[in-house]
Amino acid sequence: MTIATTDFVPTELARGRGGGGPAPTRVVVAYGFWIFLLSDFVLFSGLFGAYAVLSGNAAGGPSGAELFNFRNVFIETACLLFSSYTCGLGALAAERRQPGGFLIFSAFTFVLGAAFLFIEGSEFAGLVGAGAGPSRSAFLSAFFTLVGTHGAHVTCGLIWLLYMVAQVVAKGLRPHVLRRLLCFSLFWHALDIIWVGVFTMVYLMGAR
Amino acid sequence: MDGDDRVFGDRTPGVEHYEDTANFLSYTAGLGFALLLTIASFVVAQTDLLWAPGVAVGLVVLAFAQIGVHLVFFLHLGSGPDHTNNIVALAFGVMVVFLVIVGSIWIIANLHANMM
Amino acid sequence: MLGRLSWAAIPFNEPLPLLSAAAVAIIALGVLGIVTVKGWWPYLWREWLTSVDHKRIGVLYMCLGLIMLLRGFADAIMMRSQQAIAVGHAQGYLPPDHYDQIFSAHGTIMIFFVAMPLVIGLMNVIVPLQLGVRDVAFPVLNSVSFWLTASGALLINASLVIGNFARTGWMGYPPLSELPFSPDVGVDYYLWSLQISGIGTLLTGVNFVTTILKLRAPGMTYFRMPVFCWTALAANMLVIAAFPILTATFAMLLLDRYLGMHFFTNDFGGNQMMYVNLFWAWGHPEVYILILPAFGIYSEVIATFSGKALFGYRSMVLATLGICVLSFMVWLHHFFTMGAGADVNAFFGIMSTVIAVPTGVKVFNWLFTLYRGRIVFTTPVLFSIGFMVTFVIGGMTGVLLAVPPVDFVLHNSVFLVAHFHNVIIGGVLFGALAGYNYWFPKVFGFTLDEGWGKASFWCWLIGFYLAFMPLYVLGLMGMTRRLQHISDPSWQPLLLVAEAGAVVIFLGILCQIAQLAVSIRTRRRHLDLTGDPWGGRTLEWATSSPPPAYNFAVLPRVETIDAFWEFKRKGLAAVEPSYEAIEMPRNSPTGIVIAFFAVATGFALIWHIWWLAILGLAAAAVTFLAFGWSEDRQREIPASEIARMEQARLGLRGAA
Repeated sequence: MTIATTDFVPTELARGRGGGGPAPTRVVVAYGFWIFLLSDFVLFSGLFGAYAVLSGNAAGGPSGAELFNFRNVFIETACLLFSSYTCGLGALAAERRQPGGFLIFSAFTFVLGAAFLFIEGSEFAGLVGAGAGPSRSAFLSAFFTLVGTHGAHVTCGLIWLLYMVAQVVAKGLRPHVLRRLLCFSLFWHALDIIWVGVFTMVYLMGAR
Repeated sequence: MDGDDRVFGDRTPGVEHYEDTANFLSYTAGLGFALLLTIASFVVAQTDLLWAPGVAVGLVVLAFAQIGVHLVFFLHLGSGPDHTNNIVALAFGVMVVFLVIVGSIWIIANLHANMM
Repeated sequence: MLGRLSWAAIPFNEPLPLLSAAAVAIIALGVLGIVTVKGWWPYLWREWLTSVDHKRIGVLYMCLGLIMLLRGFADAIMMRSQQAIAVGHAQGYLPPDHYDQIFSAHGTIMIFFVAMPLVIGLMNVIVPLQLGVRDVAFPVLNSVSFWLTASGALLINASLVIGNFARTGWMGYPPLSELPFSPDVGVDYYLWSLQISGIGTLLTGVNFVTTILKLRAPGMTYFRMPVFCWTALAANMLVIAAFPILTATFAMLLLDRYLGMHFFTNDFGGNQMMYVNLFWAWGHPEVYILILPAFGIYSEVIATFSGKALFGYRSMVLATLGICVLSFMVWLHHFFTMGAGADVNAFFGIMSTVIAVPTGVKVFNWLFTLYRGRIVFTTPVLFSIGFMVTFVIGGMTGVLLAVPPVDFVLHNSVFLVAHFHNVIIGGVLFGALAGYNYWFPKVFGFTLDEGWGKASFWCWLIGFYLAFMPLYVLGLMGMTRRLQHISDPSWQPLLLVAEAGAVVIFLGILCQIAQLAVSIRTRRRHLDLTGDPWGGRTLEWATSSPPPAYNFAVLPRVETIDAFWEFKRKGLAAVEPSYEAIEMPRNSPTGIVIAFFAVATGFALIWHIWWLAILGLAAAAVTFLAFGWSEDRQREIPASEIARMEQARLGLRGAA
């Protein structure tokens, strides 16, 4: 027996309760990536939890108040925030099928993201040089891991951005390239969300 | 197939929806609010603007506000029926994050208090 | 050049692991040899190894789970035998060093490489069919998930031959799992194989949540989905929310071991209790990841074989979602004795008792479904009824353990061991076996032998009770878990009964092997020609057995719960629809290639072969980037071919 079907027309009722049939590819891909990002938030929550618990365990070594430089943190934060902004404008340009605009805004995003990483890398190098590396105490292990994991995500994001620029140049702003750009934008904005948590909990609260 | 998401009205975070000016304003407003909230956080942390024991609460509130700004203005998360799946997923994620962080702090603090 | 790997890593002076390794090597080489001689590689590569079809991937998961069940069970029967013999002056045959590795491997393998693959395998095969769609949301990612899981399994088995496994138990608590107390490769094998397979599992979670929420047949609203899909949704939501916690926790332990950090060390401010806390924040949702799909299987089986709709569909859905949320609020009950105060212990104790309520709702719904049904006592139904009795006992002992003062007496005794085996075997394994028997004809086109199936059920049931009820008594008598030697001779009689139980379970496994062999040999006598051998209610039974690659030539239009039952009831005649070309994803070697490099990277990291680790990681990254660049991932099946396949299927059904 074959199931008889009729031409399917989505009714308001069916749509409201999820009866509209399989969603378009763009929605499926973006939702899947959104779910993946939520799992990444949970990963960070484990690291945030460990930091919260271990931040007081300096084992006689230096504490956050002694180590953190607020001017640098503010500059880092501004860089990442503006890079999120330029990423958003790049996404708009891509939607309007303007590869030139997309490339310009991507360049800004990349430079700002790289500036963030440069400042963070310098901070890490300075700490290690001063004997406050991740193996000095539990607090420093937690600090380097939490902030470093975020930095690693930013690094992967920058590599991904270069890869996306290459795809746009090579293939143009076709549907599947646009889907991947959408995932990149979600990722980049999510990183800024995590950074809000990092600078609040690690730097601002830690220095009190 | 990909233009169809307007037909189905299903929305995902981050997807731009053809209302160009509105989106540009959305991003710019988001940047503005986020910048203000960031400056506010730094000021609260480094000056005596807030009563000292309330600083941690103030910082948390400001952080949540800024995360909200990001979700609404950058990721275009809304509250309409098109966004239900996204909000439910986010709510579940937020619940888990809250339980892991706050739960761990509560448990470890309790262990510390009882064993030290 | 080769890090800390040397010939000393192979246990030439230890007969047992060496013999088992030799046996496995002979079997593996034998299988590979036969495949090569018979020229099956092109077929295997094209149809299985590079397949992105959810049905094939599901079968691969089931094979992995069932084979690893043999390895995990071998560990179990070795432990039972040791405990039965090594009483008083007798020392048994397993030195403590081996015994510790065996119980660690047993737990790790059974949870991560038996229970998870069986459950994920069944979800893979059935969920897209029940949703009335053609595949999961991300088919290539699905293949990657399977192969990463298999990579983890391969690494764990490698530890038997090259080096050793962890001696820490399956949880790997510090400080025992830190470098000062476990300097060798054992804990590293444990950590890396689980990190690798953990990525695979997380991707499965993303895949299935997206599929269930965004890809369903037209008209299938949320409350018209089969209950198995609801439980699959809840379980995969838990995967997404819980597995990253484990990834983070293991990463921190790896950082301690590899880069000298101090998350969980004894010195420099580390806090071992944080590991226990985070581990179980994952660990408790994990057991619900295992049991919820099993609950879904029981719902399907009981409804089908009672000839009735499932009683209380909405309350089942609400109970499932309730369990999903509550499972994140109970995790401290795994460490009541770690020293928290009464307020914390009381909160988690109460929440642990509360979480039994939705499960109770489910049990009553199943009973009310059976009541006044026309019950057919097939093997899946026997497993379901066996589950209901066994799981209720296990659940009750769980609620008992949820009371902190009771747990203070029974924590880490064999009472606990009996409890969790009670719920995992009685719940998860019986569910997997019920699902295996129930859906086998759908996947392979012929039913399994009923006689051997029933025999395997009775052996499993009786064997389980013999093996684990004595452990409840022994736990109350004071016996702790993980004992390599028994000093109290009064425990021996019960341990001998437990050993007998293990032997009966072994007979059950033999019956299952016999069942498979006999069924394959006599398959032409019990072919499933209609695609609906049991009078099913849900959409997977609307396809042929096995279904074509595209599942449904035309996506069904769903209007009710139990869509297929309604279609049958309304007598929808064989109207020949107009067929259109269907786009299906092409095969992809991405999964197996990434897995190959993952195994190399994992092995290299374990043995500190840094150049190989970097090379392996780079190669895996390049593979992933190549996949990210690729475009031509779909192939079109022309309408004429669809028409031909459908007509052949209908002709076959007409002949039945």
